[in-house]
Amino acid sequence: MASEETTSEAGNGAVDAGHAVAEHYEGMPQLNPDWFANQIFWLVVTLVVIYLILAKVALPRIASVLSERANAISNDLESAEALKQKAVEAEEAYNKALADARAEAGQIVAEAKADIQKDLNVAIEKADAEIAAKAAESEVAIAEIRKGAVAAVEKVAKDTAGAIINKIMPGAGDAKAITAAVKSQMKGV
Amino acid sequence: MAAEESAFNIHPMDQFVIKPLFGHGDILWYTPTNATLWMGITVLAVIAMLVLGTRGRAIVPSRSQSIAEEIYAFVHKMVEDIAGKEGLKYFPYIMTLFMFIVLANVLGLLPMSFTTTSHIAVTATMAMAVFLFVTLLGFYKNGFKFLSLFWVSSAPLVLRPILAIIEIISYFVRPVSHSIRLAGNMMAGHAVIKVFAGFAGAMGIGAVAPIAGIMAVYGLEMLVTVIQAYVFTILTCVYLNDALHPVH
Repeated sequence: MASEETTSEAGNGAVDAGHAVAEHYEGMPQLNPDWFANQIFWLVVTLVVIYLILAKVALPRIASVLSERANAISNDLESAEALKQKAVEAEEAYNKALADARAEAGQIVAEAKADIQKDLNVAIEKADAEIAAKAAESEVAIAEIRKGAVAAVEKVAKDTAGAIINKIMPGAGDAKAITAAVKSQMKGV
Repeated sequence: MAAEESAFNIHPMDQFVIKPLFGHGDILWYTPTNATLWMGITVLAVIAMLVLGTRGRAIVPSRSQSIAEEIYAFVHKMVEDIAGKEGLKYFPYIMTLFMFIVLANVLGLLPMSFTTTSHIAVTATMAMAVFLFVTLLGFYKNGFKFLSLFWVSSAPLVLRPILAIIEIISYFVRPVSHSIRLAGNMMAGHAVIKVFAGFAGAMGIGAVAPIAGIMAVYGLEMLVTVIQAYVFTILTCVYLNDALHPVH
């Protein structure tokens, strides 16, 4: 804007110090005391307006947003910490449950083993008893058979002896003597 | 003189001339001028950045809200780091200064714009306001203990009166350096760009070097505008800290 005036005014070749506003300014415009009051007045107005905007609207708003964010972040951190704690607790509970389950399983296995052992013992005892009974029966049967066999042998021996005696010396066979002889011979058997 | 200039029109200071927005009358204290216009645009920019940008109030911020939050956090941290927790009471005032200066500086880089902060009247008003505010605050908070700011108790006793004089002088020079630093930086960069632009205009087509110069200075100015706003604000914090904790 200054350059436009520069070209138009330069043609006239007139620099009027009284109307420096519209022409080339001689020296520094910053040092013109005529303009100080104007600038200071508008500066004060500007600063007051900016101050009011900042103090009443902008700064409280930004401060509240920042503190809300800080709160939100610290809340999130807290809840994250709580969740982490929960996760640790859950892991502990899981491990405990696992250990309990293992212990219980071990117990059940031990109980089952004991039960089986007991049943087995009972069965073995019963079997032993049966075996013993059977053995006793068999012994009795063997004893009877043996007795029967001895009697049969005695009878056969008596009969054989009687028949032999009757053949050798008929009429000489005395039943009583034969029986006694056989009995005396069989004593060793 | 004007006839010579007509061939080679470089008037780098014309961009700083205050003009009434309407007509060509005198500039009275209330006259709306180009300074008024650009201060108004600065206010609109503040509203756009900090009010419209944050209207979503989102937990996960949008880009514009992020910018507003970053600026807020940046200035807030600066005040807290330099002036301590007690300084945070004055955070809105410092934020006001920072937002005005940084936006006025950056808006001043738009072609054809007017840089309100390139005027010593503007920066000196702010610097004097800061100076008076921290001086009164220092006495109000600390009473006459505030004067211990000038009594360097860590120095040898003989040197203390001499140091006190130096400290007092440097204290009163503060508003001067505070204001001239900002206005000078703004003015110098803009004037240099204008000079290069004048060369470019005189050379016409083929003005590669001046245009490259404009680009380079413009890039530098982008840095300078923000850095000077930062410097003004951080010095304000330092002065505030002196008022709140005047132990030297």
